[in-house]
Amino acid sequence: MTSSGSADDVRALIADEPRLSGDKPAAFGGLQRLCRAATRSLPAMGVGVIVMSESGEPTTVASSGPDCEALEELQFTLGEGPCLDAYVLRRPVLTPDLGKAARTRWLGYGPAAQDQGVQAVFAFPLQVGAARLGAMDVYRTTPGALSFASLSRALSFADVAVKSLLDAHGPGEREGEGVPGLDDALESRLELYQAQGMVMVQLGVGLAEAMSRLRAYAYAQDRRVSDVAVDIVTRRLTFESDGK
Amino acid sequence: MAMIQAERLAEVFVELADTLVDEFDLIEFLQMLTSRTSDLIEARAAGLLLADNRGNLRLMAASDERSELLELFQVQSLEGPCQDCYREGAAVVNADLTKASDRWPRFAPRAVEAGYRSVHAFPLRLRQDVIGALNLFGTELGPMDPVAVRIVQALADVATIGLLQERAIHRGDVLTEQLQSALNSRIVVEQAKGALSQIHNCNTDEAFELLRNYCRRNRLRLGDVARAVTSEPDSVADLTARTQTTE
Repeated sequence: MTSSGSADDVRALIADEPRLSGDKPAAFGGLQRLCRAATRSLPAMGVGVIVMSESGEPTTVASSGPDCEALEELQFTLGEGPCLDAYVLRRPVLTPDLGKAARTRWLGYGPAAQDQGVQAVFAFPLQVGAARLGAMDVYRTTPGALSFASLSRALSFADVAVKSLLDAHGPGEREGEGVPGLDDALESRLELYQAQGMVMVQLGVGLAEAMSRLRAYAYAQDRRVSDVAVDIVTRRLTFESDGK
Repeated sequence: MAMIQAERLAEVFVELADTLVDEFDLIEFLQMLTSRTSDLIEARAAGLLLADNRGNLRLMAASDERSELLELFQVQSLEGPCQDCYREGAAVVNADLTKASDRWPRFAPRAVEAGYRSVHAFPLRLRQDVIGALNLFGTELGPMDPVAVRIVQALADVATIGLLQERAIHRGDVLTEQLQSALNSRIVVEQAKGALSQIHNCNTDEAFELLRNYCRRNRLRLGDVARAVTSEPDSVADLTARTQTTE
């Protein structure tokens, strides 16, 4: 397998993506650039990121442009579509032939999206284990599967989107660049997720916020997230909930 | 390694087939598969690793979930028999760990220190692709019986079927959907282990035992309970209440 499409490559693409005057500040502006960088590099007609509120209300937090935002909103209006499925099923929903899905899976959304020129759509859940944040949609005007390289890159864009969303909750809103040298292999270590579960209980917060806090702590201390996780699991470090 | 009894082998395949019904729990299935594999060929430990989209091997299940052993599987995201097996698409059998420090400088000394002498890795094959590896550790050297080699490869193939939940996947899209879902389900279990170890002030190995015993006692699926522990702790209050009541 090639290394192109790693999270670091994707971060570099996002960093190179020009800022636009209408971009939102901080992390959400970072997500808008992520959507545009993904659109350019996959390539796609558009890319959008939705988040789900605790009450289950979806919101589009970033998109590559107004057309794409309309496609996301269409799913909310009709109550069906790829990003809602990816969120509910907790796995990617890859639809290389929207025409077929329009006849079988999304009788409302399918034809409506086709009217907007969409022929293929690929949705990726934004999640860390049981912590679900939302989903990312990739729209294309031609039918057909994503190549292996594009799929790998799309998954990396989704990973970076997850981290941007987690960091947006944190105290010092950063812009989704991440810490250089946070290598993917280390992030696949099980201790990171064990630590996330422990911090959740230590602080009495949700699972997603626990990861935000863990990451924020690592940034503040200028340490790798995986090293901080090991300290937590071995009980060298405990998070204290404030004001309790 | 000793001869495999035909009867015992048949039992294992029947048990695996019985588990592969609708709505089975993937992690539980893989855990059963690794422990049966390890019993069957008298290996000391077995583990199953799955590649993510970047080709990093990630642990899915092990015959024994002790942290020291998990570490031996995890270090193979960088190097080791599973990496070689995954990259080359061929089984690595009968590797002598005491002579493998050049080949695997990070992995081999750790495995020796943990008391293992031999290691094998079998590919999880899907046509031309390899999606992961089944890893076995032994405390003695000595060649693996050729029949055992074929049986373990068959067990690795059963694991692939379980992972993909369909015997014949013809679309790369479906493969990605299934594998991403599988990788995430293991993360859910780790998050629950962490939460339980904090609640009950125990280590993560003990937390896993609590989780597994609760599932068995209540005939619930591991993945469902693990998700409930972190997402809806009140729904599994017996398990997540700080003063756990003994049943």
